[in-house]
Amino acid sequence: MSKVKTFGFDTLTLHAGQRPDPSTGARATPIYQTASYVFKSADHAASLFNVERAGHVYSRITNPTNAVLEERIAALEGGVGAIATASGQAACHLAIATLMGAGSHIVSSGSIYGGTHNLLDYTLRRFGIETTFVDPRDINAFADAIRPNTRMLFGETLGNPSLEILNIPELSALAHEHGLPLMVDSTFTTPYLCRPFDLGADIIFHSATKFLSGHGVIIGGLVVDSGTFDWQASNKFPTMTEPYAGFHNMNFAEEFGPAAFISRARREGARDFGACMSPTTAFQVLQGMETLPLRMQRHIENTRKVVAFLVEHDAIEWVNYPELPEHPDHKLAQQLLPRGCGAVFSFSVRGGRTAGQRFIEKVELLSHLANVGDAKSLVIHPASTTHHRMDASALQAAGISEGLIRLSVGLEDPQDLIQDIEGGLKASQKA
Amino acid sequence: MYLEANNKEIFAYTGARSHEAGLQSVVFIHGTGMDHTVWLLPARFFAHHNFNVLATDLPGHGNSMGPAATSIEQMADEVVAAMDTAGISSAAVVGHSMGSLVALSLAAQHPKRARSLALIGTSVPMSVHNSLLLNAKKDESAAVDMLTYWGYSKAAHLGGNENPGIWMLGNTMRLLGRAKSGVIHIDLDACDNYKNGLKHAESIRCPTLMILGKRDIMTPPRIGAELSQIIKDSRVVFLEGAGHSLMMERPNDVLDELIRIV
Repeated sequence: MSKVKTFGFDTLTLHAGQRPDPSTGARATPIYQTASYVFKSADHAASLFNVERAGHVYSRITNPTNAVLEERIAALEGGVGAIATASGQAACHLAIATLMGAGSHIVSSGSIYGGTHNLLDYTLRRFGIETTFVDPRDINAFADAIRPNTRMLFGETLGNPSLEILNIPELSALAHEHGLPLMVDSTFTTPYLCRPFDLGADIIFHSATKFLSGHGVIIGGLVVDSGTFDWQASNKFPTMTEPYAGFHNMNFAEEFGPAAFISRARREGARDFGACMSPTTAFQVLQGMETLPLRMQRHIENTRKVVAFLVEHDAIEWVNYPELPEHPDHKLAQQLLPRGCGAVFSFSVRGGRTAGQRFIEKVELLSHLANVGDAKSLVIHPASTTHHRMDASALQAAGISEGLIRLSVGLEDPQDLIQDIEGGLKASQKA
Repeated sequence: MYLEANNKEIFAYTGARSHEAGLQSVVFIHGTGMDHTVWLLPARFFAHHNFNVLATDLPGHGNSMGPAATSIEQMADEVVAAMDTAGISSAAVVGHSMGSLVALSLAAQHPKRARSLALIGTSVPMSVHNSLLLNAKKDESAAVDMLTYWGYSKAAHLGGNENPGIWMLGNTMRLLGRAKSGVIHIDLDACDNYKNGLKHAESIRCPTLMILGKRDIMTPPRIGAELSQIIKDSRVVFLEGAGHSLMMERPNDVLDELIRIV
């Protein structure tokens, strides 16, 4: 083992990507709320456009505030680079659209966020990219679904909303055996709980809306490149390995080496799809990220207390949380998520849909809304909201029952949370 | 492009432009375990400013066939062979770290082939820490860590890349991680055993520029600067705050200095 060290995780959450501003001495990251940047000369402008010099041209492509965030998440994930996008959905789309076009195919976990499911099952299908959904626990199902035109395997670190633990080492080995990258949505875990690149993943995206920013005030996304996937050896990704007429005939794998994917994503996708993050949003995400370790620790502590309360309560049919011994992925969770299994979990109230609805309408401290990963605790009934477009068989395939309640545990005093939940459960059981 | 040199298929990055007759040339030489991608920005700049560019992957590195050359002098001969195949009679020769020793050796052994020299992150001698050599032989991932972490200033460990959105340490670590097994040790051993450096430096007659990082702990700038006392027509530029990986830490400043010597 090397004894040479760099800065630790907590230090990087505070500092990575940014140095004090040389012209003003400002310690905090400035918000460069600017659309564009003045060139020193015509040649300077041409050099920037042509990737001969480092710098900024237009904030749809790069922005100095966003760049701090991008470096920071790349540092925390152990990657080579990142792009900040307008939303997690935009990050997912950017990654897919960078690698493949019409006639391509994805094999995806079936236990994923409803919005991602929509993108894969409906919208991208219209653009000629098809997806096969499989049980995330069934590696053979992933293998059987791979076709000659498959270009990616995909899953979430913690399945949504059933919290299956994605066996990233096993899945990445399968993907690589077929010359394919594994993309992982690590929104629920953040790099504090899980670093998918360390486990073999090739691309990560986050909804920075959630735990990364952590305060429910922005919408944003991040796509991160591990720099490890060998696009040339795979020989399945012409966008990586052939000259791109849309950008000076650039051959991204040849010219950028490890940063090929994120560079193509920026030079084409950020430029053409345009789903950039506002620098003000990037600033907010950075503010949240500075306390990521502290917040995630408290999220986990609170979640454990709430789970412990629920498992003993008569009104509860079951609690689904991988830290519980009866969860099918309990051992895998101990191995892959030693710091904890996040702050989002589900439970079922006795009495099905009606009881669930009474619970939600009674609680006052928990906020009933469509989000997770806020500092405040949140609650939702997936079957009628985030997964409402899924038909009955799709819901069942995703492990969602009609009475399932999803809780995103925040940073409140845990006794206050338990008291609020107790009141909700009492109301749910009234005849 | 690929070219045949010394019976090996060598990859040469030309800055995304084909060579044209009548233009002056710039040859770039990478450092230990690396490849042509470290020269992306300056290679593209000079290629699009009326120069022919040749940034080869040394044998056994990047996309080039092996075996890797085992001495600095042999590496220099390999670069000259590539220049021969590419039809480049004389060039501004730019080298970083180990590549700077190769550039120095090239200019000394083949003086007509180098019309100017740029030595980036250089020192002669370029002694290699025992623990790095040992790790390169027995634990390559540890050697990659060492080369990466020692290769940047402490400030750069926190980022602030002039290239937006790229984490410098991550990119270097991944690049070094691609090196073929054994190559990092071969390269470091070649640096450590380059005994002709001072003699070669004394024989240099072409204009020479040393670009040194004030915070470089791999090739201490005070040693690199001593070359200016030995090489007749030479000067030193110190980049304040920069570590060893100068093209990554300060790409625009390095390019501005190269423009003056190329």
